[in-house]
Amino acid sequence: MKQSIYTIKINQHLTDQVLKMVLAGDTSAITAPGQFINIKLDGFFLRRPISVCDYDEKTITILYKIVGKGTEYLSTLPAGKTLDILTGLGNGYDTAKSGQKPLLIGGGVGVPPMYRLAKDLLAEGKKPSVILGFNTKEEAFYIEEFKALGIPVHVATADGSLGTKGFVTDVVKTMENYTYFYTCGPEPMLKALSDVTVTSGQLSFEERMGCGFGACMGCSCETKYGTKRICKDGPVLEKEEIKW
Amino acid sequence: MVNTKVTLSGLTLDNPVIPASGTFGYGYEFAELYDINILGSFSFKGTTKEPRFGNPTPRIAECPSGMINSVGLQNPGIDKVISEELPKLRKCFHKPVIANISGFSVDEYAYCCERIDKEEQVGIIEVNVSCPNVHHGGMSFGTSPEAAAEVTRAVKAVTTKPVYIKLSPNVTDIVSIAKACEDAGADGISLINTMMGMRIDLKTKRPVIANKMGGFSGKAIFPIAVRMVYQVAEAVKVPVIGMGGVSSAEDVIEMMLAGATAVQVGAANLVEPFACKNIIEDLPRVMERYGITDLNDIIGGARK
Repeated sequence: MKQSIYTIKINQHLTDQVLKMVLAGDTSAITAPGQFINIKLDGFFLRRPISVCDYDEKTITILYKIVGKGTEYLSTLPAGKTLDILTGLGNGYDTAKSGQKPLLIGGGVGVPPMYRLAKDLLAEGKKPSVILGFNTKEEAFYIEEFKALGIPVHVATADGSLGTKGFVTDVVKTMENYTYFYTCGPEPMLKALSDVTVTSGQLSFEERMGCGFGACMGCSCETKYGTKRICKDGPVLEKEEIKW
Repeated sequence: MVNTKVTLSGLTLDNPVIPASGTFGYGYEFAELYDINILGSFSFKGTTKEPRFGNPTPRIAECPSGMINSVGLQNPGIDKVISEELPKLRKCFHKPVIANISGFSVDEYAYCCERIDKEEQVGIIEVNVSCPNVHHGGMSFGTSPEAAAEVTRAVKAVTTKPVYIKLSPNVTDIVSIAKACEDAGADGISLINTMMGMRIDLKTKRPVIANKMGGFSGKAIFPIAVRMVYQVAEAVKVPVIGMGGVSSAEDVIEMMLAGATAVQVGAANLVEPFACKNIIEDLPRVMERYGITDLNDIIGGARK
């Protein structure tokens, strides 16, 4: 974990409620896809944890949804504004277990971490496929960016306005020969995926956090391997250890 | 040169800054960030006889200038704390530590305190009779002078190290409870634990916290803490450790002027992981700004 000051380079809407923010600063603490950052915001006590979509030596990209006052304030910040951020939080996904044809499944604001994960898997010479789930076409984002990686991209929308009508699980049921799965999204989706997938996998969880770095025990959960902190021992848990 | 050394029941601390129980784990998360030996001491995670998962999640809620937690004394239990956590802690912290103990019966408090009293690294035992997040225990011992005194007597009977009783602000007369603890043999008083609080989500129209209510902490409670420290320090002869919303060197000095001999920093650690380090580094400069050469000269200074 590292605490540092970042400068906003881009903060723009992708949809009505989802924005893309690019932050310039020290990215050396980030060690795996699926980790998150924790952002201090003026006028708010707790930091706001947001998953990392992508990063390079000098910038971090996050895609975040306006869900409350904190993220609403974040959405108003102009380029050039600086932010105090903790980076390199959480365990992230372990790409070593993927096999050759892993399936990546993102639902809503669970989509962003799949992007860097897909890039890392490609860099390792693997052949990932991605399934992106949204409620409607209007709420969909980052589909073209995933397609630009040159990987198969399947889209499901609950109302059928884009791609397959239904849920990501409906697409997963049609997939064959995948070697592993990685997912992030709302908990009911994670549970459903745990049931329909035929391989092992890693699932990223969300919880209200106090600190984000393992000190307060605010986000604890019980697993088959004992008590874990979502922020420090997670947010990624393995399918086999989860107690639903 | 200024003097930041203070003494709690014969234990001299390099400075009065102590991370509060529940915001610093057993130390090693923070030891990855900075050398925690710069701290005066630290109060480790509230420990009970049996292992506890704590309350259901969500356990955390945002508040204006503060937060609510309802962790509910999650800890691995006294056996594992002694066999696993303390050896790990010993590697990163070489000073006497404050052992924070909670219980659900007088016997349980006595059992855990007797066990932890034998651990060499423990300098002070802090008995938490004020956790707002557990039912039938914790705070119920801290809301009546008789019950708090009973716990104090039971713990004092089986320990050799200084015993500080950590009090709840969720009472009508904290002074009478502090005095009852002092009369029962307490070597010092720690205050305040969190204030009972609640938030309701307008979207779901339900409490944010799964347990409905929790303990409110952070900057917002600082004035309440200063007031209670002032009242208690005026009424008892034993040392007082002041806490509640402390987040700067200025806050440390204010708390000491109210009567605290040492000061704990809680919620600030969670949003600013370097909070205690920053406070310790700022302290000499802030002392000089206010013409303070020795912190011992200002303890209870506001009463004079």
